[in-house]
Amino acid sequence: MLAKRKNKTVNRVFTYLLIAVIGLALLYPIIWMFFASFKTNEEIYGSTRLLPAGFSFHNFVDGWKGNGVYTYARYFFNTFKLVIPVTLLTLVSSTLAAYAFERFRFRGKNILFAVMIALLMLPNSVLMIPRYSMYSGWGWINTYLPFYVPAALASNSFFIYMLVQFLHGIPGELDESACIDGCGSFRILVQILLPLMKPALFSAGLFQFMWTYNDYLNQLIFINSGEKYTVSLALRMSLDAEAIVNWGKVMAISFIAVLPLMILFFAAQKYFVEGIATSGLKG
Amino acid sequence: MKTNGKKTGSGRIAYRKRDRVAYLYLLPWLIGLVMLQFFPFFSSLYYSFTDYKVTGGMNWIGLDNYIRLFTKDADFHNSLKVTVLYTLYTVPLKLTMALAIAMFLNRDIKGINLIRTLYYIPSLFGGSVAIAVLWKLMFLDNGVINAMLTALHLPNIQFWGDHRYALKTICSLEIWQFGSSMVMFLAALKNVPKELYEAADIDGSGKIAKFIHVTLPQISPIIFFTLIMQTIQALQNFTSAFVITNGGPLKSTYVLGMMLYKEGFAYFNMGYASSISWVIFAMIVVVTLLLFRSSSAWVFYEDEEK
Repeated sequence: MLAKRKNKTVNRVFTYLLIAVIGLALLYPIIWMFFASFKTNEEIYGSTRLLPAGFSFHNFVDGWKGNGVYTYARYFFNTFKLVIPVTLLTLVSSTLAAYAFERFRFRGKNILFAVMIALLMLPNSVLMIPRYSMYSGWGWINTYLPFYVPAALASNSFFIYMLVQFLHGIPGELDESACIDGCGSFRILVQILLPLMKPALFSAGLFQFMWTYNDYLNQLIFINSGEKYTVSLALRMSLDAEAIVNWGKVMAISFIAVLPLMILFFAAQKYFVEGIATSGLKG
Repeated sequence: MKTNGKKTGSGRIAYRKRDRVAYLYLLPWLIGLVMLQFFPFFSSLYYSFTDYKVTGGMNWIGLDNYIRLFTKDADFHNSLKVTVLYTLYTVPLKLTMALAIAMFLNRDIKGINLIRTLYYIPSLFGGSVAIAVLWKLMFLDNGVINAMLTALHLPNIQFWGDHRYALKTICSLEIWQFGSSMVMFLAALKNVPKELYEAADIDGSGKIAKFIHVTLPQISPIIFFTLIMQTIQALQNFTSAFVITNGGPLKSTYVLGMMLYKEGFAYFNMGYASSISWVIFAMIVVVTLLLFRSSSAWVFYEDEEK
C-alpha cells in the first residue's frame, strides 16, 4: 500500500519534471532573446551565459531610433494602423457571410458553400501576382488598401467557416422566437446573435490580428516606402542597414515586436486556446 | 448543413421572402469572390501561358514556361526538391511531436491550463520576422547554440554556412511551433469516450494496442485536417528562408515560395512566376487528393458506425 503510494508520488514528480524541462526548452529562445537585448555583440558571441553583464536600456533606446529617418514609434503606429482595421473589417464581413450561410436558404447556397470551403485550400501564392497587377493598376501599391479591401470582402474563408461552425451551435428557435415579435433579420443578427457570438468573434479577431501582425510577404510586396513601413519590414531592413549588425539592438527591437502578441495572448488565452480547439487550424 | 423554420402554408411565402435578404448579407463576400479570388485565379492561369513582364507586353507562348521549368531550369528542380524536403522534414515531425506531447499531457495533472498556454507560446509568432532574426542569431557560427555545443565538448556546426545543415536548421524553427497542433490534439483526446478505454481494458489490451485501436481512430479526423493544413502551409513557406538565409548557401534553402517571389517581384517575370505558382498549387491539389483518397482507410468518422 505504502509502496504503491510512494511509487505514484515518484511518478508524479517525474511527470512534472519532464513537463518543466520541455517547457523550459521551448521557452528558452524567448527568454534568451529578452536577456540578449541588454548585451553587446562581445557578450553574445561564443557565450552560453544567459544573463547580461548589466541591465542598461541602451539597446532599447538606440534600437527604437530606427534608421534615423523614422523611429519605431512610426513603424508600430503603421503596424497598428494596418492590423486593427483589417481585424475589425474581417469580423464584420465574415459575420455577415456566416449569417447568410447558416441561417438562410437560398438558391445556389450549397455550391457557394462548397466554393467557400474549397477556397481554404487555395494558396495565396496563386493569387499574389494577378492581385499585384490589379492593385498597381488601381494605384493601391504603397497604401494599406491591399490589406483593408480583402478584409472588408471576407476573403479569408477560414473566418467564415469558423463563425458558421459557431452559429450552427446556436439554436435557430432563438431567432424565430424573436421574429414572432416582428423584428427583421438584421435586428436578429445584431440584438440576438451577436451577443451570443462574442467568444467566437473574439477568437477570430485574435487570430486575424496575430496573422496580420506576423505577416511579412504581403507587406513586402505591397508596401515600398519607408514612411509606410511596418515593424516586420523595418526589422528586416535593420539587418542590412549596417555593415556590422548590432545584435543587442536588433534583439531589443525584436523583443518589443513580439511583446504585443504575448500581452494579448496572456490577456485572452482562453479565447486563443478555445478557438484552436473548436475550429482546428493552421499554426 | 442545417436549415430552420417550418415551411407550411403562408409561412412558406414569408420564409422565402425573408431568405432573399441572404444575398444582401453575402454581397461583400460575393464581390470579393469574383474580384479577389476568381478573377486573379484565372488571370494567373492565363499569365502562366504568357511571357508577361512588368516592363514589357504580354504574348501567348503556350506551354513554354512549364517546359522551361521542367526541362531547363536547374534552379526550379532544386527549389522543388528543397520544398518537398522542407515539407517532409517539418510536417511529420511537427505533428508527431504535437501528438506525443498531447498524449503525455492528457492526464490528470494540476495546472494543465498554464502548461498548455506556455507550450503554445512559440506558435504565437508564426512566420514573424522577429523570430526569424532570433533564429539567425542563435545559430550563427559563434552563436549561443554553437557555444552550447562547445560546452558539451561537441564539434561546432556551420548551421547557416553549410548547405547540408541550413535547411534543417530552418525546419527547426517550424517544428518549434508545434503548440497549436498540440492544443488541437489535446482537445480531441479529451473527447475520446472513456468507455472505449474501459472496454479495451476488459479485453486486456496493452497501452500500444489501446493507442492503435482506440486513440488513433478516434482522433483521426483532427489528424487528417491538421495534416492537410500544415502541408499546404509548408509548401508555401517563405519568410524564414528569405530573412535568415536568403535562399543560400548554394540555394539549399531556395524554396519555391522564394523562387516565386524572386521571379515575380525581383526580376518581374510575372508570366514565369505565375507558372511557378501553379506548380505549387498543383502540388497542393495532388497532396490533398491523395490524402482524401487514403482517408477512407484510416480516417474514422463517428457517423460510419451507424
